[in-house]
Amino acid sequence: LPKHACVPYSFSVEFEEASDLLAETPDAATTSGSNQLTPQGHVAVAVDSGGSYGAEEEVEESDRTALLQEEKQQPGFWTFGYYQSFFDVDTSQVLDRIRGSLLPRPGHNFVRHHLRNRPDLYGPFWICATLAFVLAVTGNLTLVLAQRRDPSIHYSPQFHKVTVAGVTIYCYVWLVPLALWAFLRWRKGVRERMGPYTFLETVCVYGYSLFVFIPTVVLWLIPVPWLQWLFGGLALALSAASLVFTLWPVVREDTRAVVAVLLSTVVLLHALLAVGCKFYFFQPLPLAHPAPPTQAASLSPDLPPPPTSRAHTT
Amino acid sequence: MAKAAESSGDPGTTPPRPLFAGLSDISISQDIPVEGEITIPMRSHIREFDSSTLNESVQNTIMRDLKAVGKKFMHVLYPRKSNTLLRDWDLWGPLILCVTLALMLQRSSIDSEKDGGPQFAEVFVIVWFGAVTITLNSKLLGGNISFFQSLCVLGYCILPLTVAMLVCRLVLLAEPGPINFMVRFFVVIVMFAWSIVASTAFLADSQPPNRKALAIYPVFLFYFVISWMILTFTPQ
Repeated sequence: LPKHACVPYSFSVEFEEASDLLAETPDAATTSGSNQLTPQGHVAVAVDSGGSYGAEEEVEESDRTALLQEEKQQPGFWTFGYYQSFFDVDTSQVLDRIRGSLLPRPGHNFVRHHLRNRPDLYGPFWICATLAFVLAVTGNLTLVLAQRRDPSIHYSPQFHKVTVAGVTIYCYVWLVPLALWAFLRWRKGVRERMGPYTFLETVCVYGYSLFVFIPTVVLWLIPVPWLQWLFGGLALALSAASLVFTLWPVVREDTRAVVAVLLSTVVLLHALLAVGCKFYFFQPLPLAHPAPPTQAASLSPDLPPPPTSRAHTT
Repeated sequence: MAKAAESSGDPGTTPPRPLFAGLSDISISQDIPVEGEITIPMRSHIREFDSSTLNESVQNTIMRDLKAVGKKFMHVLYPRKSNTLLRDWDLWGPLILCVTLALMLQRSSIDSEKDGGPQFAEVFVIVWFGAVTITLNSKLLGGNISFFQSLCVLGYCILPLTVAMLVCRLVLLAEPGPINFMVRFFVVIVMFAWSIVASTAFLADSQPPNRKALAIYPVFLFYFVISWMILTFTPQ
């Protein structure tokens, strides 16, 4: 009898599903949740004996089978289908998520409203790739424009900056969410209401929050310093706000000290990335001594250009 | 069988009957029809084909492959919705194009290590790993194109940009100046648009309809990066 054979499996699966559902919907009262579990176990066994139950149990039964279908189709991580599940987004969904990251609102949790707990890897991966290439290209363009104004600056394509940009941004979007996710899971015990985000959701949040830097980097072509700092500040504010508003519901119940330290670390790392990119890619130094690839603001912008005899014009 | 044994056991008097001669005397059940033709229509054809590629001259082999590559070049230069690139894919064309492009783009050896254009290996890596990444992306999004077909299309559609690189090299021999730059800029932009149109004509149909933009955007980024490398090339 197939129904009886699959009862233990369905019961344990169901328990996990129910606990996940409870974690995601903090408003659901825990008492009614636990009541749902035991009768369903009985329903699975007793349906075959033809007992007449109400319509409510039948609805739960169909929900249970629907849940079972979804659960059974989870492929192993060695199959291609597993990775395909992370790219299961449409164009309109990606655009909607980008819009959501550009306009953060205090009550509007990015993960709940836009991701709807279905994170994708398409957005973070291609936003990082675009940002890395745009950084390298506009940094190069800045040098071209600077050389037009001051022909003594030596122009060169500076191809190594592409590598530096790519490695930096990808490391940021993978390692910082890893640390954040690990930290939040470690503090999980303090929270009753809401489970922590999965690792992929954190990566998604960080990846989409970097989108606002793409137009900012293009706008950094304008060679007016205070305008550049203004745009940079605006982009940093938007991006960090999006991160903070997403993280706030998760860390809300923690002690004040931990919350303050965590949020300020997140914002500080983000600011460090923005300022580091600004200094490394947008310094039209005359390149007799190329800028060292550090992220700290140790470069002074007032270095006088030493006269070079290899001035070329494109 | 018994008759055959009898006759073979009789030495000297009659010449031995050939083996299995008695088989014709065995009666098979009359209601199983065992008549008909057994012919393999392609057989002689295949045998001719096999021996022809083994015995043909090297020139024939090379010319046949070159003609296939050249035919695909024509399909890229005049992009129509056709299946030639997808059906008979090969990777010779992309290899030739990538090596040509990398040879023309690499910096000279007297240039310093840190600044300057890309090395040969960097161009090669960007082209091939970029193509592999785009192919993986389109397959993960649910496209039904095979891995090598997609690599083939992306590699062949670099042809307009290689032509642009040749033109830029020639233009750079003239005197430098803003007109020089404008000509190169115009040529690169036109060839970039041509590459995108050609690859979209081949690749767009294999994607699910509501994800076409997601699959085409990385192609755009890929050709943009190659165009940027071509435009910023300065001979030292």
